[in-house]
Amino acid sequence: MAEAATAVDRAAFFDWLCRMGDSCLVLGHRVSEWCGHAPVLEEDIALANQALDLIGQCQFWLSLAGEVEGRGRSADDLAYLRDAAQFRNLLLVERPNGDFGHTLMRQFLFDAFHFEMLRALEGSADPRVAAIAAKAGKEVAYHLERSADLVIALGDGSTESHDRMAAALRALWPYTGEMFADDAVDRAMAAAGIAPLPSGLKPAWAATVAEVLAAATLDHPGEVWQHGVSGAGGGRRGVHSEHLGYILAEMQFLQRAYPGAVW
Amino acid sequence: MTALPAGSHPDLAEVWRWLAEVPDPEIPVISVTDLGIVREVEWQGETLVVTVTPTYSGCPATSVIALDIEAALRAKGVERLRLERRLAPPWTTDWLTREGREKLRRYGIAPPVDGTAADGRIAGRIARLAGGGNLAVACPRCGSTRTERISQFGSTPCKASWRCTDCLEPFDYFKCI
Repeated sequence: MAEAATAVDRAAFFDWLCRMGDSCLVLGHRVSEWCGHAPVLEEDIALANQALDLIGQCQFWLSLAGEVEGRGRSADDLAYLRDAAQFRNLLLVERPNGDFGHTLMRQFLFDAFHFEMLRALEGSADPRVAAIAAKAGKEVAYHLERSADLVIALGDGSTESHDRMAAALRALWPYTGEMFADDAVDRAMAAAGIAPLPSGLKPAWAATVAEVLAAATLDHPGEVWQHGVSGAGGGRRGVHSEHLGYILAEMQFLQRAYPGAVW
Repeated sequence: MTALPAGSHPDLAEVWRWLAEVPDPEIPVISVTDLGIVREVEWQGETLVVTVTPTYSGCPATSVIALDIEAALRAKGVERLRLERRLAPPWTTDWLTREGREKLRRYGIAPPVDGTAADGRIAGRIARLAGGGNLAVACPRCGSTRTERISQFGSTPCKASWRCTDCLEPFDYFKCI
């Protein structure tokens, strides 16, 4: 096992771990923005719990990233002291929350991908990756069930909630393609047996999404132009929308202003 | 604190008994051993090594639990102590002890019911949504199984929110994972 870990390109492995950790971190931060603002108490609590799960999972991924990188950086160093161009999260997770339905649609589209990714990673050739995936996967199964339930409830709800979910789906769909666009980092991970090619996860994701959208009486958007798929762009390669900078400004302020602050 | 005589260690059964008195910080009626999160205890030379697994990835109690375990063992005179974290196999509510489940019930938290863990199989779930499906989570107050889920997420990461349709009380359910 250590063999696979040393045979793989260290920079690519670090990058890939940042992709996993940063998507959890940025989505966890976004979801935490709801704390105290959700439409009902139970949903407020559920959102806060999911934010906690995601940030906990981020700590595992970024700790391992720091270990693989071998320059002594901790998960906190990576979370608080990198600028936007060093972040590797999907563009989808940095999209603003919008209304409650919009947040749930974004969550569902990500959860359905996250669930398939973690399930595949349980068979990783690197036991550290497999261990994190097995732990996180059980939590994400709960996330996926909740977001699917709510997409169905709101899509197949009132005219108002249906129209809002339809609008959220149209707005977010162009950010889903990035999840399945293989690049050199993905190919290096797949060759080392550490992670699956993202493109291979698409059929299972698409089946879940089609099933839930149908139950939610929402029209499937079909093939539309996708962000971050062609060329050298996309969040996974560090090319972000302006939204990430605002997230980092809030999230990193304390450590930037008072380096090393603890409590 | 009482220092142990030089060169002697308490035996491991004694250490497990001490750990069985360390309460979970969020649900103080159950101990860290009831929860099944202490995976291994061993002496490595003169150092006592306690291996703990987290419940949920982001559970804020994780670091408090480590501090509490350390404080409890130091109070028993263990001076050379190391806590290690182990992720695999991941914690499951199957590891809750029988006594732990009974303590939860008496405290007013419904213990986990086998077969209720989320499995991410959305297709089957959509079919079940129509019919409901009775998971038979019993109300910890009146014992009725006429209960319903309010939210899969509750006051801590390990709990869901339920209510009893007989006695009408809301209650926490320690959900399966």
